[in-house]
Amino acid sequence: MAEPIVVNPITRLEGHGRITIFLDDQGDVQRAYFQVPELRGFENFLVGRPAEDAPQITSRICGVCPTAHHMAATKALDDLYQVEPPEVAKKLRELVYNVFMLEDHALHLFFLGGPDFVVGPTAPKADRNVLGVIQKAGLEIGKRVIRMRKDLRAIIQELGGKVIHPVFGLPGGVAKPMTEDMRKRFVEVADRGVDFALFCEKLLEDVVLGNPAYVKAITSDAYTHRTHYMGLVDDRNRPNFYDGRIRVVDPAGQEILKFPGKDYLEHIAEHAEPWTYVKFPFLKKLGWRGFVDGAESGVYSVAPLARLNVSDGMATPRAAELREKFFATLGGRPVHHTLANHWARVIEIVYAAERLKDLVGDPGITDPNVRTLPTATPREGIGVVEAPRGVLIHHYESDDRGVLTSANLIVATQHNAARIAMSVDKAARGVIHKGVVDDGILNQVEMAFRAYDPCHACATHSLPGHMPLWVRIHDARGELVKEIRRDG
Amino acid sequence: MSDGEFQPKIVAFVCNWCTYIAADAAGVARARYSPNVRLVRTMCSGRVDPQFVLASFEKGADAVLLCGCHPRDCHYTAGNYKALRRFVLLKKMLAQMGLEDGRVRLEWISASEAEKFRRVVEEMTQDVRRLGPYKENGGK
Amino acid sequence: MASKPKVAFYWCASCGGCEEAVVDLAEAVLDVVSAVDIVFWPVALDFKVADVEALPDGAITASFINGAVRLSEQEEMARLLRRKSKFVIAFGSCSHMGGVPGLANLWDRKSIFAWYYHDAPSVAVDGGAEPQETVRVPEGTLTLPAFWDTVKPLDAVIDVDYYLPGCPPTPKLIANAVGALLSGNLPPRGAVLAGTRALCHECRLNATKPEKLLLKDLKRVHQVTVDPEKCLLAQGVLCLGPVTRGGCEALCVAGNMPCTGCFGPTDEVRDQGAKGIAFLSSVVDFDAQEEIERALGNVPDPVGTFYRYSLPRSYLVRKRGVPSHG
Repeated sequence: MAEPIVVNPITRLEGHGRITIFLDDQGDVQRAYFQVPELRGFENFLVGRPAEDAPQITSRICGVCPTAHHMAATKALDDLYQVEPPEVAKKLRELVYNVFMLEDHALHLFFLGGPDFVVGPTAPKADRNVLGVIQKAGLEIGKRVIRMRKDLRAIIQELGGKVIHPVFGLPGGVAKPMTEDMRKRFVEVADRGVDFALFCEKLLEDVVLGNPAYVKAITSDAYTHRTHYMGLVDDRNRPNFYDGRIRVVDPAGQEILKFPGKDYLEHIAEHAEPWTYVKFPFLKKLGWRGFVDGAESGVYSVAPLARLNVSDGMATPRAAELREKFFATLGGRPVHHTLANHWARVIEIVYAAERLKDLVGDPGITDPNVRTLPTATPREGIGVVEAPRGVLIHHYESDDRGVLTSANLIVATQHNAARIAMSVDKAARGVIHKGVVDDGILNQVEMAFRAYDPCHACATHSLPGHMPLWVRIHDARGELVKEIRRDG
Repeated sequence: MSDGEFQPKIVAFVCNWCTYIAADAAGVARARYSPNVRLVRTMCSGRVDPQFVLASFEKGADAVLLCGCHPRDCHYTAGNYKALRRFVLLKKMLAQMGLEDGRVRLEWISASEAEKFRRVVEEMTQDVRRLGPYKENGGK
Repeated sequence: MASKPKVAFYWCASCGGCEEAVVDLAEAVLDVVSAVDIVFWPVALDFKVADVEALPDGAITASFINGAVRLSEQEEMARLLRRKSKFVIAFGSCSHMGGVPGLANLWDRKSIFAWYYHDAPSVAVDGGAEPQETVRVPEGTLTLPAFWDTVKPLDAVIDVDYYLPGCPPTPKLIANAVGALLSGNLPPRGAVLAGTRALCHECRLNATKPEKLLLKDLKRVHQVTVDPEKCLLAQGVLCLGPVTRGGCEALCVAGNMPCTGCFGPTDEVRDQGAKGIAFLSSVVDFDAQEEIERALGNVPDPVGTFYRYSLPRSYLVRKRGVPSHG
């Protein structure tokens, strides 16, 4: 048997991963395994910690979506202490949360998944990153994206202390209110945010849907799975990132479950395999039947495509229109094409921007009373939000003093873990034949993963062409050491 | 002492004005007690930085004894109260780190209490001998 | 034209926040990018391990490595990058001191696996397979890196030239560090590239911190609404500013929450947690044991409070013996 092909590490996404591809004697794929070689043990070392430290400790699970964990933990603390935050605190939380969803989704579009479409899936390795995107789309667009994310993240920093690992979540409220001065500045950013979101959506439509080869790839069987879908919805079955009930639809789009987050243990269980550290949640109602599609399989998916698939509409007008267009174009709800996650994600960018604009325009948002101090004896709490990558569940138990005795977390990407493994396997079978393997082909296998997982930092590499550039180099004391100018 | 019997290494931080004098007096009186303690003299028990206690374990101690003047007798008025507060927090923290009770002890021993010094050291040596070496069971 | 200095970024047991911190250079990142050639950065670029192995030793001017080391693969990658690099910078709290994942040193592999793969309430009754380092599958053999009992900071496995502290380091400190590297204007090897004084000195509330701080009462953050114009310590909230290195401009305090110590101690202190204990002991205003214990009852978790980011780098490193969970 030949040595397996190993893609190590997987790139342009968050977290560690490797893909091991076994070929048969004909050079076709026997099986591709998606391995997650990491674990840190958060549930264990949360035990013994004061519950109020959980939002800041759990945010360290992910520095790209720290706000998601911070929020799920904060809501779990509300439940633990049976304390209801003032309305303004809930609005502030949801505001911060939508800012975060907006900037994180934008990061994925331009820096992570987007390059595969803008630059091309089989473009040279050195070009498949944000700089390649900037070269293709233009420096002005690059600067607009950088500036928009910077201004959005500045909102999170101002309200939350830090943008990476914020500190604002407390049981019964948030640590800092919004002043009128802040609100005025945030309104300006929110207005630009809506324009930016619509621009992103149009860009994706032009670049991706305007390219027949991409449309073919998106709708191809190699990147399609017929599974269940799960997402958080409001009382009108519209996605809400901050709060709601968990809705599950089957591969035909029919609702089979709708439950509050605190009942998650009745409906979700986890399966483990010896070849990966990640666990695989599945629907208890159907049981674990292995890495298979279908209405009889307990495998389900979360995140943008899933959130649209479980929805009956969107809560904001432009996003609602785009959702209609999405389903009309792709043949109705539900859509099973994994790569359609990219389009669903930009529709969510529009929703997040519109929701942000609503919240920042709410006159009550500057109410300074942002805390209800807890008084009840803490016991047990469950908090659920929609992270960018899917449903996020934090479950804590504590003693009378509010020191944690137990923690159980089901982290967004986990819900997708089985479908991701299946996607990578199927994509590998679809693109690798007769032993022909090169960097571009392997990247097309990686694209099967990338559609699910936004994440992470910008790509930086040598800048192309003829832009004017001004480089200032400072020493460790901040003093200017050297200045280089190159005019365009 | 029989060959092969575990000989605990106990580091004792003793204050100059009280316990050190007691230890000295014990020596002058040729009091008999286990020779397992190593004395480190500080001017006041309040000088003992918690880092000293932890460093002792890192450097091979099996136990640490902290000694100072009785409450109200501190040569510098309140240094021993600081030592007491540090000890309370340290004990809590060490319990979380799995350090057995008995490996860190605080005693007020005045200059005239040579017999108390002898007794405390003897007791602690026996206790720690029973607990075993610190570096086993995951001590680093 | 001289070739640009090569730079690499890598993450061990990391959350990715340090990567995001680089992106938060915003427009300044374009300046950095024009000055260097990034040869490895899995989060953002498609270069693989094989591409790094193919470089000559020492070809990389600087590798910025974040994340703690707790899997065998992370040590291997750290050693690979050390060989290929002139400078290695431990980037962020986790590589500097072990970071939040370092709290796993209160546990071990057996107990972590027992909860995660067997005892957690959501694990399926028949779903408790444990990951193995070598697994035979029908098609061949798969391997996983070993999961160690003990989390280590980066300098426990390779020589480290500089440390950029923080969870994460701020964009300003990152920019300064990159600038220092490129200009060759580096401090002595082993330096921590942030402030040299305790955080209080740069905190906007420093003026309201009393000369003699004496507290009769300590409050946990969820029990009080703080006055945002007054030193948090003076209000009885445990802020670790006095025992934490400055450089972040007290961001958490600007969010009305106390400092939790992520920049680690100042140069003079070897063990941040122990110093935290000493500091708290200095400000609690009781002399009788009972009253001391009562006041300190509101610090129910000294290890998590004082060693939140630095347990692997502490004198004791890890817990002796480990409890069963639940």
